[in-house]
Order: sequence, then structure tokens, then C-alpha cells
Amino acid sequence: MRSRIVPYLQSAPATLWLAIFFVVPLVSIASISLMTGNSIEGYDLTWNFGVYPDAIDQYSAQLLRSFLYGGVSTALALIAMYPVAYWIAFRGGKRKSLFLFLLLLPFLVSFIIRILTWQFILSDEGLVLGTLKDIGLVGENAHVLSTPFAVITGLTYDALPWMALPIYVALEKIDRNLVEAANDLYASGWQQFRRVILPLSAPGVYAGILLVGISNIGDYLSAQILGGPSTTMIGNIIQTQYVQNGDYPVASALSLILMAALLLCVFVYAWVFGTRTIQEYA
Amino acid sequence: MAGGLLQFLAACGLPGTRDTGAPADFDWAAWWKDQKSNGTLDFASWPLYIDSAGGRHPSLDKFTAATGINVNYRPVIQDNASFFSQISPVLQAEQGIGYDLIVISNGWQLTQLMQNRWLIPLDHSRLPNFKKYAGTVATDLAYDPHVTYCAVWQAGVTAIAYDEDQTGPIDSLDALFDPKWKGKVGMLSDNDELGTVGLLALGIDPQTSTYADWKKAAALLTKQRDDGIVRQYYDNSYIKALQDGDLAISQAYSGDIFQANASGYPNLKFVIPKQGAVLWRDNSVIPLHAENPVDALEWINFYYRPDIQALIADWVNYVSPVPAAKPIVAGKLDDPSVANSPLVFPSEADLKRLSEYPVTETIETHDQWTSLFDPIIQS
Repeated sequence: MRSRIVPYLQSAPATLWLAIFFVVPLVSIASISLMTGNSIEGYDLTWNFGVYPDAIDQYSAQLLRSFLYGGVSTALALIAMYPVAYWIAFRGGKRKSLFLFLLLLPFLVSFIIRILTWQFILSDEGLVLGTLKDIGLVGENAHVLSTPFAVITGLTYDALPWMALPIYVALEKIDRNLVEAANDLYASGWQQFRRVILPLSAPGVYAGILLVGISNIGDYLSAQILGGPSTTMIGNIIQTQYVQNGDYPVASALSLILMAALLLCVFVYAWVFGTRTIQEYA
Repeated sequence: MAGGLLQFLAACGLPGTRDTGAPADFDWAAWWKDQKSNGTLDFASWPLYIDSAGGRHPSLDKFTAATGINVNYRPVIQDNASFFSQISPVLQAEQGIGYDLIVISNGWQLTQLMQNRWLIPLDHSRLPNFKKYAGTVATDLAYDPHVTYCAVWQAGVTAIAYDEDQTGPIDSLDALFDPKWKGKVGMLSDNDELGTVGLLALGIDPQTSTYADWKKAAALLTKQRDDGIVRQYYDNSYIKALQDGDLAISQAYSGDIFQANASGYPNLKFVIPKQGAVLWRDNSVIPLHAENPVDALEWINFYYRPDIQALIADWVNYVSPVPAAKPIVAGKLDDPSVANSPLVFPSEADLKRLSEYPVTETIETHDQWTSLFDPIIQS
């Protein structure tokens, strides 16, 4: 009897934590999304399920755009950071921690300042465009700020360390004897990478994609600061509806739609690439 | 457990703000009679919105010297909507927000504060300086016709600014819609500002405009965006974009351009176009449950003194509610560029060319407005 209760008791703090900080807010948001009313008269729960199709209908462009920007920036961060993580893990030598520190150094500066710096770098007469215009490589009216390119740049840049760190950890954990064995069996450099290192680093790649993808798809600051008239992401809409317009039902419904869509993506991803990698990483 | 919570929420919903303010028939005159000064004032305002010298605020120091009231000055308000979303749950719970005086622009948040009766009406018998010195900027308010709650702190004009090096002189709102400046036009992301300039561009008086007019303005502004003319819908960052040369022309606030001119950007020009512009006011209001309402009134009365107003106007460069401060800025403070600026001390003729945002009286009309203009800003 006692032995049956103990595991439950041991997991009680975690269960309680989840219940208070996850289940209760989630149920509240779900019920608020089904309410109708306004901030002055108050909101009544009227089980207005119509808010979901309406919200998807009205904001489909911003939802799709969020996944597009989030997806592209995640892919770019992966392409940029895998070689970096690889280099630090395999070629970093004694100075590995120094290199990791250097990688993280810019990120000790506040997020807002970093995004604002991009605004400075990308401005029409700024470091990049100003120079290119002076030497006549781009036209006088060319601009980068306020375009999807600028938003994706901001998202990608901010994702770099979150992509690099899990991949580095996975690469670092690889038993070097396996690589040596592949070498002994006459595998070429590329084959060693393709058949041994890449599969073994998959859990890190998976973690990096999840970490970066989920936060980038829900991001709103990059679009707000670097974007233009048609780069609004779903995070911007949720913020406006909640803070500016006090339209809690629509904001809640959009949050849940975003969450459901993200979960769906994670499941599809796990289904395509297998869940083995997640368990290994855990 | 989740089921229980659902039932709980189903039973009560989310309460509204109605009936959480002062009773409609409350006898404020009798209440004011019982109030006394407590020697402290908690004052919430906006950053860079009061005279400053060496980390002190001379006008506040003079106030403390004259009245013995200590002021806790907190420049915590960044924008109306987010400040309102911070204080409204507290006021809804019928508690004090910890400030005796807050500065808030005319607009939907101020309308809600007044309609919920979340403000304490001013006791004009204790504001002799207001009576004596307030100009029409402070007394002629469409949103508070009897000046019941609002003592204007400073006002300002939203019109257009342009980079003269790029555009040459401009005097019409048509330039905002001119394909010549494609990708170089800045518009404001505040939906009151955006919608109102749309109305003005069509020659419609915002204050008497109807829903049908709003739709026309929305159509005009949508076309402007879809034609690629608008570079971005900006908050205060439009001023940086103008300075960086990213914009040729933009909707702009008067004080910002005045300060930019003074800090090395003489190429930026501010103009009230021939179609007119918007005069907005930032209002000092006393929130309900304030602990030191008399001290708040004392300060309002004090800053309507022309010599004090001169100090503030000379520093913040927005439109002053006290015309009598003008000769003091020109004479004693020896700053003719501020004193003679129509953007700080506009003439009555200038003021006649300015209108206010349409006042959305009810949440239904407010929703109509936002649902027309928000989708333009966030597309």
C-alpha cells in the first residue's frame, strides 16, 4: 500500500506546479475565448465557439506569415550554427569554453537593444545600405527595413545561440572512438559526418529547432521594430487585441490557435523524424 | 478540477468596469470641503515631459518651496493604452492606484476613465490660476465640455513633417498619398491619428464625421498602403526614421520636430497642412481613491501660473495651455525661438485651423473605429 502512494507523493510537487501554472491558466484562457461582451459591461461565458473560425478567417494571413517567418529563420539559424557548433566541439581544443562564451557574449546585451541595433545597421543611410549606395551597387530608394527580410534577419539573429548550444551539447557527447572506428573502416570525411556524426547529433538539432521555432513563430518584437506595413505576425495581433483593445476573447482564441498549431507541428515533426531522438536527448 | 473551474467561470464570467466608479449622484462639493492637504503628491507623468536641470525639476522645487508639499515625480507613462491596462484592474477592484495625479491624452482611455467615473471632478474653487490664465487650449475641450475632470498639462499638434533636402516645401496632406514618395512615407500606428488624418485628407471635419465618412477614410488609407506608399506605421520611432533619412515625409508631433531642429536636424520641417491638423491634449486628472487630492489641486493651480508655465514650456516645447507665459519666455528666460514659435504659443487663428479626434462615446462606436483602422495598421 505504502509503496503505491510514494511515487504519487514524490511527483506531487511537479503535478501541483503543472496544475497551478499550466492547467489553470489554460482552462481560463479557453473559457475566456468563449465569452462575449466588452470591457465595460463585462464578459459572459456564452460558449461562443464561432470565435475560432472567425479568428482564423480574419487573421489567417498573419498566422501563415508567422509560420513562414518562424520556419525560414529557424532553418537559417540551423544552417548558420551547425558548422559553428561542430567547429567548437571538434576543433575548439582547450579553448572550447572561451569560444562558447564569445558566442554568448552579444546576448548579454538586452534583447531590445540588439534589435534596435539592427534597425541602425539596416537603415537607409546606415552602415550597409549607405555604403552600397555610395558605391552605386543599389539604387537610391532601396530599403531593407520594414521588409520581411529585415524581420527574418532579426528573428534569425536572435535565435543563433539557442540553436548552437543544444547542437554543441549533442556533438560534444559523441564518443570520439566511433568517429575513429569509422575512419579505420575507410569511411571518407564526408561519410563519417553523414553516417556517424550527423545522426548522433540529431537530438541536438531537434532540440534547437523546437526551441527556436516555437519562440520565433510567437515573436512580435522583431516585426514591430524591424517590420513594415505587411509583416505583422500573429504575436502583434494578440498583443494589440489584449493590451490596446481589451478584446480578451479574440486574444485568447488566437493564443490557443497558435498553441494548437505549434503542437500539431511538433507532432508531425516527431512523426516524420521519429521520437527516438527526443527520448535520447532527455 | 478543470470541470469545477469551468463551472465557476461560467457562473461569473469576467466582470465589467461599469459601477466600479463613484456613484453618479455623489456629492463632490461636500466631499471636497472635508479634504485637507497632506503635504505629499504622487505624480505620474511621461518621460521628458517637465523642465529639468541637473537631475532636478525647477518647477517642482519651486512648488515645494512655496507650499511645503513634497512631490514624488514618476515619469512612468510610456503610452496611454499600456498605462491604462495597468491601472484599470486596480480601479476596477475599487482601490487606489498610488498616484494622486496622472497625465493622460484625450482618447479612448480617457473617455473610459470619465465614463466609469474613475476620476475625481476638479474643485474649480481651488483653482484661481486656472480661471485667470488658462487659454482656449485648456478650456475648449470637446471630450470634457465643462472641464469637469481635465486640467490640460500640455497640448500638441499632429500634422506632417518632411525632410526638406529630399522633398522641397510641402503644404498639403496630398503629399502623404503621392506615389512620388513611395516607400518613403511614415504614418502613425495610433489608430486615432491614422483615422483622423484620413478624414482630414478627404476634407471631412473629424468632429462631425459619421461612420460612412470613417469607411471612406479607411478605403483611402488602405489604398495608400496597398500602393506601397507607406513605409511603416510608426510609434515615436518615426522621428528616428526621419533623422536617418529613411522617410521623406511623415505624420509627426509638433514638439518632436521642434526638438529635432534644435538638436542638429534643421532639414526637418513641420507644417500644418492646408487641410488642417489635430490638436490633442495631455490632461492632468485625479484618479478616484487618490490619497492627496488637495495637493494635486494645489499643483494644478501652481503650474497654471505664467512664470511656472514658462519654465515648463521653455523646456518641453509643446503647446502651452497658458498664453500669458509667452512674454516671460521671451523676456525673463530670453528664449525668443520658443516664445515666437507657433508650435508652442499658437495664435487664435492657428488654433481655429485645428480639430480634435472624433470622440467615440460608446464602446460600440469605438469598436467600429478600431475595426476599420486596426486592420490597416496590422495587415
